[in-house]
Amino acid sequence: MIPALAILLSFQLVGEVATRGLGLPLPGPVLGLLLLVGSCALRPALAEMLRPVVTGLLANLSLFFVPAGVGVIAHLGQFRDDALAIVLALTVSTALAIAVGALVFAAVVRWRGGAEE
Amino acid sequence: MTDAALIWSYLSQEPLLWLTATLIAYFLGDSFFRRMNRQSWANPVLVAVILLSLVLWLTGTGYQTYFEGAQFVHFMLGPATVALGMPLYDNLRRVRKALAPLVAALVAGSVTAVVSVLAIGKAFGLNEVMLASLAPKSTTAPVAIGIAEGLGGEPTITAVLVLLTGIFGAIIATPLLNALGIRDWRARGFSLGVAAHGIGTARAFQVNETAGAFAGIGMGLNAVLTSIIAPLALHLFQ
Repeated sequence: MIPALAILLSFQLVGEVATRGLGLPLPGPVLGLLLLVGSCALRPALAEMLRPVVTGLLANLSLFFVPAGVGVIAHLGQFRDDALAIVLALTVSTALAIAVGALVFAAVVRWRGGAEE
Repeated sequence: MTDAALIWSYLSQEPLLWLTATLIAYFLGDSFFRRMNRQSWANPVLVAVILLSLVLWLTGTGYQTYFEGAQFVHFMLGPATVALGMPLYDNLRRVRKALAPLVAALVAGSVTAVVSVLAIGKAFGLNEVMLASLAPKSTTAPVAIGIAEGLGGEPTITAVLVLLTGIFGAIIATPLLNALGIRDWRARGFSLGVAAHGIGTARAFQVNETAGAFAGIGMGLNAVLTSIIAPLALHLFQ
């Protein structure tokens, strides 16, 4: 467990240093994510070594954003003032994104072939 | 009664109390979610956030004090984001097999999610901090919080907007996609994962295994793409 955690933290650390050092627009952990995918593709044994800890982390992913969510109590006033705009922006945009994504996916499948088996 | 007051003054200074409270609140939220047959509206994080906010309000505890304890949980967002690479790695073969529709739908869905929320928000006069907090709302929470921080948004507002987006997307997806006549499970799952991250992915898995796998791929790829396009899009609306 400790080596696997150390490797995950190292990917994050390299990600943080590289994004800050090079001024990349990605958050450090996202670069760490890409490093993980690349490293596992190069060395499949690494994926199996990391898997138990990764599975544990992902099974409890939701827990980790509870503290940030509670922070909303400090901004309730702002939410109340902008409630209508926020609700409209959020709902319309989410529905649009689902519709556009699915329609484009289906259109490209029709155009290029490759329907579901 | 002096003793109780002394104990309280000790507890309210130490991280122990609020770390424990965070875990208990999440456990209660998760139990409620299971009892409600995992329906999207009964989201465990939303329940935990409401419970903790009530407790903080009743005890007159400030967010700073709470965060002293909760920061240990918050810290895990970083390694958990890195861990999201694993499902992406596991699905690399599926990604390669459907590369063209995946890339097209990813770009279309991701750009729509970011640009439309900024356009509507701007039209209704939301300020720049709120716009920056809204921009990554379709991205999985750990990444969205990182993006919002980088854009000058308020990460705590983003956390709640991300939750609400996921819940709304999970509820609306089935009727919306049926109305549009989309039958391909890959298209249905993928678009939901791109637009409504982990909560949408959990919903997709409930409906169909293939949809769930593609939702997970959509969530992972969109986390990367939104990191890049959110700053560009926000620039256009400032």
